[in-house]
Amino acid sequence: MGIGVLGATAVTGTEAAEEAAKKAEAGGLPQLDFSTFPSQIFWLAVTVIVLFWLMNKIALPRIASVLEERADAIADDLDRAEEFKRKAAEAEEAYQQALADARAKAHEIVAETKAEIQKDVDAAMAKADAEISARSAESEKRIREIRASAMAAVEEVATDTAGAVIESVLPDVMDADAVKSAVRARMN
Amino acid sequence: MAVDKEPKGEGGLEIHPMDQFAIKPLFGDGDLGILTITNSTMWMALVLAAVSALLILGMRGRALVPTRIQSVAELLYGFVRQMVTDVLGEEGIKFFPYIFTLFVFILFSNILGLLPYSFTVTSHIAITGVLALVIFCTVIVIGFMKNGLGFLKLFWIEAAPLPLRPVLAAIEVISFFVRPLSHSIRLAGNMMAGHAVLKVFAAFVPALSIFGILPLAMMVAVTGLEVLVAVVQAYIFAILTCIYLKDALHPSH
Repeated sequence: MGIGVLGATAVTGTEAAEEAAKKAEAGGLPQLDFSTFPSQIFWLAVTVIVLFWLMNKIALPRIASVLEERADAIADDLDRAEEFKRKAAEAEEAYQQALADARAKAHEIVAETKAEIQKDVDAAMAKADAEISARSAESEKRIREIRASAMAAVEEVATDTAGAVIESVLPDVMDADAVKSAVRARMN
Repeated sequence: MAVDKEPKGEGGLEIHPMDQFAIKPLFGDGDLGILTITNSTMWMALVLAAVSALLILGMRGRALVPTRIQSVAELLYGFVRQMVTDVLGEEGIKFFPYIFTLFVFILFSNILGLLPYSFTVTSHIAITGVLALVIFCTVIVIGFMKNGLGFLKLFWIEAAPLPLRPVLAAIEVISFFVRPLSHSIRLAGNMMAGHAVLKVFAAFVPALSIFGILPLAMMVAVTGLEVLVAVVQAYIFAILTCIYLKDALHPSH
């Protein structure tokens, strides 16, 4: 067939002829062309053995170690987080304790200060009271003196008046001492 | 789009949805020997590079608070580890690197295969078949090593009434030996079908000119679906591996 074809088409012609021959040999399906089997099987064996070696010696151990490292790291991190949580709880407790202490101390200081101020106030009050009572005693004393002098003046005036009245009415019986004692008796 | 349409024109809509699965040598075009480097080899190397970039370079920082890439790597690790311990229990941890390798290899093959012009390693039955057969043999070897002949209890269901047991045993044996087949074809089939559907829709886009927007919209939707399928199929492959290994560890139901 290829012999009959001329010139430019010769190349494609022989190719087509070759393929046709191959197909006839293979029964149409390239999969059933048994002449390709030895080559396919040989290279399959080489490929699979190399692939198996690469996987078994390099890839799989590497992936396994990475996964294990990650699992370890995660477990570690969880442990650490637990630790931190515990520490945080401790710190919170300490803070609450400090707060309670500070509050108690503040109360104490307030009470102390209050007591001190109270004491000062009491002292001032006592002093003021003493002054007030001293002053009022003095005033009373003065009032008493004024009243006494007033009484004395009244007595003198009454005595003089009574003396003058008796002297003008009964000059014979005039006794200054008797008048004085009589006026004093009437006054009290 | 319109320019593309002209040369093909009305001459006939040619769709080759299976061409994307062809395995071609990258250098030269001789016969395929066992050591020949093909597009499949290249995409396996790209899967290896992408997985290494995510899981080794992405984890380089070993950050306590992960970067975005690092958390993707860690999510992937956690997801597969959870799956292994859920199904196999704590004793299944020793299978974890193996299942993880399988899961990321299939997941990245599926997802890289969704890139335009890429090649989906897991769309080939040779690849998924070998993976499934290795798991099947591992289950048998571990089953007999751990339980001796007690492993055969897997087929002898003591919970069932005695007359039913031979019938169930026959069914169990058949289903056990079908496992590698279903295990591998499920994955390859899903990948192949999705990519073929995308290719068919893609061929309609230039052919329909302005109405090509409709298959284009479909392609967007199907691509979204395919992303889901890529992840789900990797998950199914890995969890079935766990379930089969559980049979090896605890054969009695």
